[in-house]
Amino acid sequence: MIHVENLTRYYDDFCAVDGIHLDIQKGEILGLLGPNGAGKTTTLRMLTGYLQPSAGQIRVKDFTIGADTIAIKKCIGYLPESAPLYHDMMVYDYLNYVADIRELKADRKLTRINELAQLCGLNTVMHKTIGELSKGFKQRVGLAHTLMNDPEILILDEPTSGLDPNQIVEIREIIRKIGREKTIILSTHILSEAEATCDRIAIIHQGKIVADGSTQAIKQSAGRERTIYITLESANIETVRAHLKPVAGISRIDKLDSSDPDHLAIKIFVQSDVDIRKDIYRIIRQADWILLEFRQETQTLEHIFRELTLEN
Amino acid sequence: MTPVIHIFKREFSAYMVSPVAYIVISVFLIITGWFFFTPFFLQNQASLRNFFALLPLVFAFVVPAITMRLLSEEFSVGSYETLLTLPVTFIDVVLGKFLAATGFTAVMLAPTLLYPITVSVLGNLDWGPVLGGYIGALLLGAAFSAIGLLASSLTRNQIVAFIVGTAICFSLCLIDKMLFFLPQSLLGVFEYIGADFHFQNIAKGILDTRDILYFISVGFIGLYGANLAMQEKC
Repeated sequence: MIHVENLTRYYDDFCAVDGIHLDIQKGEILGLLGPNGAGKTTTLRMLTGYLQPSAGQIRVKDFTIGADTIAIKKCIGYLPESAPLYHDMMVYDYLNYVADIRELKADRKLTRINELAQLCGLNTVMHKTIGELSKGFKQRVGLAHTLMNDPEILILDEPTSGLDPNQIVEIREIIRKIGREKTIILSTHILSEAEATCDRIAIIHQGKIVADGSTQAIKQSAGRERTIYITLESANIETVRAHLKPVAGISRIDKLDSSDPDHLAIKIFVQSDVDIRKDIYRIIRQADWILLEFRQETQTLEHIFRELTLEN
Repeated sequence: MTPVIHIFKREFSAYMVSPVAYIVISVFLIITGWFFFTPFFLQNQASLRNFFALLPLVFAFVVPAITMRLLSEEFSVGSYETLLTLPVTFIDVVLGKFLAATGFTAVMLAPTLLYPITVSVLGNLDWGPVLGGYIGALLLGAAFSAIGLLASSLTRNQIVAFIVGTAICFSLCLIDKMLFFLPQSLLGVFEYIGADFHFQNIAKGILDTRDILYFISVGFIGLYGANLAMQEKC
């Protein structure tokens, strides 16, 4: 559906996007993750034809950016960050204007605007000025604007930024509703959001893609490090270390600060594919400790994200 | 080319619903009305020559005030991005906005049609120069709109756009009068650059292709410049 090759963009001397390769299949929901200033927005802007790439190629369906920019714009719906719309227009007038520019037929226009009002929950604000709306409603008007001509590809730049938790859930709901039959690319720096809504995630750092794949694949490729947390009573760290020594796969055991001086909280770093919880449990049972807490944590996307984007 | 029509419609209705537009119209009518009718009864001549003599200078201030928001506002609000990711070209945007500003200038000019009507009641008015004057005024308004649009395309600050636009329009009006100390041979060249010279020709009732071509050229340069400035931004 979308094929991006060696995409590069300079702002004067600053390289915002540095040789990105991406292939996006039809029907995929791709999340573009990255810290602020990583080049997410620049990448999206180039995909929509708003910015010219300094080098590289973008192919959308059979069109290339540059030669058939208008054709590409026709099959992409784009929502910029924080939905900058005309503040002095009424919602209905604005949607009507977008429908005109998107070349909707006159008889189709009204039904489409009504459909979108239904989908995005705009019925109550149709005759309000956009400038008066709350951020959540503005975002919904933006979504309606994006969906006007039922585009095959949707590009959303931080669709939930600056919204309250209820609004975030609402917007996510809408995205998931429309995501069933469309290709969607969305950028975000909220990791849970990417995990919840996207089939595939690409992490961008300093203009380069540092990880690309499903959440599962990214977690696996980042190594199988797990951690086990245990809290014990009437034990001390030295004996625990000695007892756990025979268990294979433990790379380190740390003592954690505990609120109660009788409790011993430890963190065990595991570097093994084998589940060693059974072995640990047996050792604890043999020793005369009282087990208060025992849980395992696999590496979260958050860890991976921080590891990949913090190193420099 | 249909996006031009839709952009024109949006921009034009944006003018018609905004209070700033009516303030500009009022200021325009008060200034021209006052300066035209104050000496009118003293001179006791049934002509609109004074009105048209003043018009380029007034336009140099009023037209940039109309055009200043066209692109600057889009840049600062960010709606420029939403606009350009719709299937439109730079030319569509430039032409749509230019036509809206020119159209609004025409609307602003329309109430002044009462002046020749009043004068024709009072005396024997020659309608030829009046007709020429209004054709010239439209051409002048269009040329200044293009320059104002160029100024607006250069900055995200509307005040800067206004000042730059006014400075260019004002210089075009007065360039031949400012350079009176130049030798006669050079003066002719600068006279030809000046908008006032061409406008006054048309306002006399002489429709010369040179004068019409001048306004078209100025308009074209303005629009082309705005187009370039927008391309530079992407």
